[in-house]
Amino acid sequence: MEFFKPATWSEALAIKAEHPDATPIAGGTDIMVELNFDVRRPGALLDLTEIAELREWSAVGDGFRVGSGVSYARIIEELGASLPGLAMAARTVGSPQIRNRGTVGGNLGAASPAGDSHPPLLAAAAEIEVASVRGTRRIPAAEFYKGVKRNAMEPDELIAAFHIAAADGPQQFAKIGTRNAMVIAVCSFGLALHPSTRTVGTGVGSAAPTPRRALDAETFIAAELEWDSPGPLRDSVLVRFGELVAQAASPIDDVRGTADYRRHALSVMARRTLGWAWDSYRRN
Amino acid sequence: MRLRCKVNGEALEADDVWPGESLLYVLRERLGLPGSKNACEQGECGSCTVYLDGVPVCSCLVAAGQVEGHEVTTVEGLADGDRLDPVQQAFVEKGAVQCGFCTPGLIVATHDLLERRCQPSDPEIREALAGNLCRCTGYEKILDAVRLAADRKAAS
Ligand SMILES: Cc1cc2nc3c(=O)[nH]c(=O)nc-3n(C[C@H](O)[C@H](O)[C@H](O)COP(=O)(O)OP(=O)(O)OC[C@H]3O[C@@H](n4cnc5c(N)ncnc54)[C@H](O)[C@@H]3O)c2cc1C
Ligand code: FES
Ligand code: FES
Repeated sequence: MEFFKPATWSEALAIKAEHPDATPIAGGTDIMVELNFDVRRPGALLDLTEIAELREWSAVGDGFRVGSGVSYARIIEELGASLPGLAMAARTVGSPQIRNRGTVGGNLGAASPAGDSHPPLLAAAAEIEVASVRGTRRIPAAEFYKGVKRNAMEPDELIAAFHIAAADGPQQFAKIGTRNAMVIAVCSFGLALHPSTRTVGTGVGSAAPTPRRALDAETFIAAELEWDSPGPLRDSVLVRFGELVAQAASPIDDVRGTADYRRHALSVMARRTLGWAWDSYRRN
Repeated sequence: MRLRCKVNGEALEADDVWPGESLLYVLRERLGLPGSKNACEQGECGSCTVYLDGVPVCSCLVAAGQVEGHEVTTVEGLADGDRLDPVQQAFVEKGAVQCGFCTPGLIVATHDLLERRCQPSDPEIREALAGNLCRCTGYEKILDAVRLAADRKAAS
């Protein structure tokens, strides 16, 4: 097996162009499990951890460009106040050891429907910056996920960063698992209120072949919310929002839960997160 | 490949390393450091926890090739000669060790916690040790040991 260890981004892109089969490795928290259990024997590994710029983030305009190699622990610590939805999701990932090493870039690379960073990225309308020797392009999160563990990248591309606006209103994330630590989501839900545009963003996780937005629910609730004189939300509105979120999913029965349970749990999470977010909007 | 890295302060080399093998394998099978334990090889148990460049990670999930030129501290590197680290001493005194398989990982995770927070609350301790499984003790003695180590550290 070849092991490439580029020190710079341009070197990494050149290697990926020449060896499209080389498997990138960042935190290794997905890849190494596959290697240890002989599930996969890539011909080459492309280690991205020496590339300093992938570990950097910067404020750009009204948001951030976050390098694909910034760990969950650092997102929580350094960006938690500006990106509360993503930070809430990051806090639920694995354990401290996994959060110290695992990255959003790796979550996007693996593109598991259960990945915890996907719902908040969708809810905040984040964009994924991918690059190759041919150039750089930005893919909206909603177009990035293409199928179970498949994403929109070409074989010669690598994930450079993601672009995400700083929260302009309350954000929430909820995840169902059998215990608190170290669980893959049975299903999950991310929500972002955007008072500046009077819209609401959503992201449904682990309840369809890909993470996805609940578009009908977004349209419905944006029209219902009274942004200027925010009163308590009527139960009927909360319930309808929950129903529409559940309808956006197309879950399956599997070892972690049944499709029915997932639909039910999603409607409950959607209702609760909306209630929490709206209450916090009203208080401010 | 020939792997060069610093382990417990010492520059070490290992030959014939397959770059996709885990740091845990390198430590145990190539460098003769069996302190870090292998109980799952999938990041679930934390028995293999070591510091990589000062950050606690599961060594079973780090590829050997990624460690080239980096610094590792294992549980073997915490004691000062024959003098145990205060965390190790507290685990011994409180009976926080039964079969001992989880202990090296818990010691490193606790060591890191006390570097960051000198008087952690119980929820903070539980959170910090959430990635370390113990199948013997029921955790009560482990929590006692962490509290004792924290108290001593705060007093010193
Ligand atoms: C014990 C344990 C618990 C876990 N718990 C959770 C959890 O609660 N929630 C969750 O979402 N995940 C969880 N995971 C999965 C994993 O930690 C995450 O998916 C993490 O985000 C992967 O990041 P990484 O940097 O370690 O990825 P790696 O393993 O290095 O890579 C993952 C994939 O992405 C590709 N890749 C990585 N970086 C790039 C890049 N820059 N460009 C292109 N491709 C790239 C790799 O080739 C690979 O296919 C868990 C894993 C373990 C072992
Ligand atoms: S052996 Fe590494 S976490 Fe279990
Ligand atoms: S003492 Fe046996 S696993 Fe913890």
